[in-house]
Amino acid sequence: MPVSKLVGARIKRREDPRLIRGLGHYVDDINLPNTLHVAILRSPHAHARIKAIRVEEALKCDGVVAVITGSDIQEQIGPVPVASQNPTLRVPKHPVLTVDKVRFVGEGVAAVVAEDRYTARDALDLIQADYEPLPVVSDPEKALEPGSPVIHPEWPDNVAFRWALKQGNLAKAFKEAYKVVKQRLVHQRLAPIALEPRGVLARYLPGEKELTLWSSTQIPHILKTQLSLMLRLPENRLRVIAPEVGGGFGSKLNVYAEEALLGYLAIRLGRPVKWIEGRRENIQATIHGRGQIGEVEVAVRKDGTILGLQYKVVADIGVYHQLLTPGIPPLTGLMLSGCYRIPAIGIEVVGVFTNRMATDAYRGAGRPEATYVMERMMDRLAQELGIDPVKIRQKNFPKPKEFPFKTATGLVYDSGNYQAALRKALKLVGYEKWRSEQKRLREERRYLGIGLSTYVEICGMGPSAAMPAGGWESGTVRMEPTGKVTVLTGASPHGQGQETSFAQIVADELGVDLDDITVIHGDTAVVPSGIGTFGSRATAVGGTAVFQSAEKVKEKAREIAAHLLEADPEDLVFSDGKFSVKGVPKKGITIQQIALEAHVAKNLPKKMEPGLSATSVFEPSNFTFPFGTHICVVEVDPKSGGIEIKKYVAVDDCGKVINPLLVDGQVQGGIAQGLGQALYEEVVYDENGQILSGSLMDYAVPKAGDLPRFELARTETPTPVNPLGVKGVGEAGTIGSTPAVVNAVVDALTPFGATHIDMPLKAEKIWRLCQGKKAARAGGGR
Amino acid sequence: MIPAPFDHITPVTLDEAIRALTSHGEEAKLLAGGHSLLPLMKLRLASPKLLIDLSKIPGLAGIRQEGDKMTVGALTTHYQIESSELLKEKCPLLPQTARVIGDVQVRNRGTIGGSLAHADPAADLAAAMLALGAELRVRGAQGERWLKAEEFFLDLMTTALSPSEILTEIRVPVLSGRCGTAYLKLPQKASGFALVGVAVWLRADGGLCADIGVGVTGLGAKPFRAVRVERHLRRKRLEPALIETASAEVTLRIEPLGDIHASAEFRAHLARLYTYRAIVEAARTAGISLTKAKGK
Ligand SMILES: Cc1cc2nc3c(=O)[nH]c(=O)nc-3n(C[C@H](O)[C@H](O)[C@H](O)COP(=O)(O)OP(=O)(O)OC[C@H]3O[C@@H](n4cnc5c(N)ncnc54)[C@H](O)[C@@H]3O)c2cc1C
Repeated sequence: MPVSKLVGARIKRREDPRLIRGLGHYVDDINLPNTLHVAILRSPHAHARIKAIRVEEALKCDGVVAVITGSDIQEQIGPVPVASQNPTLRVPKHPVLTVDKVRFVGEGVAAVVAEDRYTARDALDLIQADYEPLPVVSDPEKALEPGSPVIHPEWPDNVAFRWALKQGNLAKAFKEAYKVVKQRLVHQRLAPIALEPRGVLARYLPGEKELTLWSSTQIPHILKTQLSLMLRLPENRLRVIAPEVGGGFGSKLNVYAEEALLGYLAIRLGRPVKWIEGRRENIQATIHGRGQIGEVEVAVRKDGTILGLQYKVVADIGVYHQLLTPGIPPLTGLMLSGCYRIPAIGIEVVGVFTNRMATDAYRGAGRPEATYVMERMMDRLAQELGIDPVKIRQKNFPKPKEFPFKTATGLVYDSGNYQAALRKALKLVGYEKWRSEQKRLREERRYLGIGLSTYVEICGMGPSAAMPAGGWESGTVRMEPTGKVTVLTGASPHGQGQETSFAQIVADELGVDLDDITVIHGDTAVVPSGIGTFGSRATAVGGTAVFQSAEKVKEKAREIAAHLLEADPEDLVFSDGKFSVKGVPKKGITIQQIALEAHVAKNLPKKMEPGLSATSVFEPSNFTFPFGTHICVVEVDPKSGGIEIKKYVAVDDCGKVINPLLVDGQVQGGIAQGLGQALYEEVVYDENGQILSGSLMDYAVPKAGDLPRFELARTETPTPVNPLGVKGVGEAGTIGSTPAVVNAVVDALTPFGATHIDMPLKAEKIWRLCQGKKAARAGGGR
Repeated sequence: MIPAPFDHITPVTLDEAIRALTSHGEEAKLLAGGHSLLPLMKLRLASPKLLIDLSKIPGLAGIRQEGDKMTVGALTTHYQIESSELLKEKCPLLPQTARVIGDVQVRNRGTIGGSLAHADPAADLAAAMLALGAELRVRGAQGERWLKAEEFFLDLMTTALSPSEILTEIRVPVLSGRCGTAYLKLPQKASGFALVGVAVWLRADGGLCADIGVGVTGLGAKPFRAVRVERHLRRKRLEPALIETASAEVTLRIEPLGDIHASAEFRAHLARLYTYRAIVEAARTAGISLTKAKGK
């Protein structure tokens, strides 16, 4: 097989046949004999004192084995951890089940363990919990006001942390500006809504003293470490398995109370225990994303050159920190420069406790907020200055030769060509044609809008120095005696398709058949070490580790081949999985034959260890910075507030592409979620901290039928950060799309004087904006 | 999302079902497609002790013509209505409405009887029933009676059915002559239910609107027939301005619902807009040419 035959090929996902036919095993598909089932009583109040909990009736229920409350376990299980650090961070104790107070709707109060799920659920209704309501802090801005009730009495106010960054001469920038444009921007709370909610199965073997925990998680290895600390169990007696995971989007990049609780119950009861989250629980008690309210000011010259940017953001933290909660808003800060040259930047973040579920990483995690701020502002500036939104972007792009490009926020963008992606997208969409169409239709009182988003994002996470729990990844390539190849990766893919793409990498490197390669992930007892899949890192970091191991295997094989062929290693050529002596193609040995020789170890070079396998841990020197341009064309009906997406074009650059089909899939899904934020999605808490969008009847995720056809294209600018040249693409679609949609809708409504509309762009908001206003005649707006 | 324990029986005759319903009273619930009832049970907003499954009773599903009426059995699914060639020809408003209910799975399971009996304030078929002046056939321990669609919906999820009655079939007129129909709905993005839905049929006589029926769902606590709008347009020459003034009357004496998806004020606006647009569309399909609509 010639080299590089598979990398770059559009190969169908090897995972899909089992998933599509229902043959995969998610947590709930794993059935152990004698399993008990857990249901969790959750708080109906956002803030209340627990006066009493009576569990006797529930315990009397036939089939109920145990009922556990917070006070039963507060000594036994450590608090739910937070990994992100910050010198100003206030960390309230986050119990697995709460003890004296409830602090958000959905907080775990008690757990019922029963012989089956139905009994467990029925028994919940028999637990009597008496609450004395306390003042609720729901709105994050009100939470900061003096006189607001304070959620955690150990501190004087509701501030969870502060984070700030200042670079360049802001005062000068704002003084010299031709214009300063200000805007308030709300990034509403979103629920990640993985198709498979969370689920945990735990089994303890008292003889072996071994706890095995199956969890729908993105980070089995980190979870193992954290659980061993929470449960005070030696880490080498703990095994975490992430079986099939039905979507995570960051919501499973966490350590949850239920994971520790189930581990504890398995040990205490001596039987396997299982808990499967329901959808309403999922919306209440799985982390939310976004939840930032920002005030941005941009100083600009008359010609559109940006001089400085100031951003103040109130980040709605929720009541406790989850694993990375305080790390997300600073990521927004770091990425605020977007794909522009901004000499002076000032950012102030204040994280605020509210009586709500914690926010944390949700697809894009901090970068969608940054991109939205910059891209919304580029359009606002263009509007204020009467410059075309394309021109103003181009004006502020760094040029390709300026890379690596250092931003005022201190990041170094690895590689980029923002012009090229923009140009390609403009051509693909037919920008000029749409602009004239827009003009023409306005004469007919029809409102077309064209929205751009030129984004850059940070991924391939990342150098360990910048990560809370290590930023490397491990990869093992092992040739079995029969010539089959087993690949172990510490990345824990859960839908991204690395069983396919990693096999492509290895197949090319070793010249073996794709079908002879198995990629194993997600089991801490099988994969020696790992970090996990998040931050679009699995391929850039994990793929590189696998690639380097394959290279090592090949080098060892070369030595063995040279030994067996009695040739100098330098004189060997490797092609189609076979080493042969240069100029003597007949004289050769296949890598499979070498694998067997290496295993039986009867005739190996002196001092060589038997076996043919290698493990690498790749530590990246930097993040990677994918970029691209998304363009959305909409028609808005000002009477009904309806939005129709007429065309959507995305040109993404994620560096080298290993499998275009997988990249397309990631971009498609990413755009869908970004569009969801722009148009539909919002976790609505009322002033009492009750969730008004608590089920999928009220929380609107985009469905296939709501989505237009996305026209996808790419430019390819490899990264120097890893030998594969890959950057990552898991989140790009979500990051790039949201502002394109909002910009398009605002653009459509400029004749009505629109400058900004907060997301989600519900029909009513649009109607209100247009109501009673007569549209300016065509020609006025862009 | 696990319902409380319940029993399940599958009677094979209507009488058997009525007997079970009578003897268990409020503890029992009829089960048709289950697409309204089961969600309620999973949320434990309803916890019936007994489900009386109608699926094994012969004759409850089906579509047929009886003279100038179309008869649709209560257990007929939304999909059967949507795909019925007979209905498309004789009473197209029904398939037009059924087509936009939920998604394929919902339409494959959900039934017209279940939808009407459940009386969701935003149910689509209710609007069509009201526009068409449907008659509903009901059987109970006391025998049989017919109800007009307008008498059927009483309040939020409340109908004129007594707890031991079963809706067996629905009768709508065959639309003869130069008729036009339209069902327009703005779906709530999460549930797909109507924020507002307006069903219209009208008969044209030259440029005149000889007769018209307008049914509205989603706006208030119950779907209703917009009699004022109809009265305003009956036997009139249809003009955009006239339709506009008529449509404005759709919200009179109605208290619109408001929630996180749309305020009462916006729902009222949508009702007027969609009424206007549905009438224009029905007029167009009836072959009435309106002068160019002004700004709507
Ligand atoms: C995801 C989803 C989306 C939906 N979207 C829409 C939508 O867009 N528009 C819309 O209109 N509907 C929608 N529905 C509701 C759907 O149309 C239901 O099928 C319908 O409302 C109920 O019909 P059913 O046959 O499923 O009734 P069931 O759920 O079985 O019963 C509903 C109620 O009616 C009673 N009942 C049933 N049959 C009879 C009878 N013959 N006589 C007396 N009482 C009876 C039952 O006891 C119960 O109280 C949706 C449902 C779901 C789950």
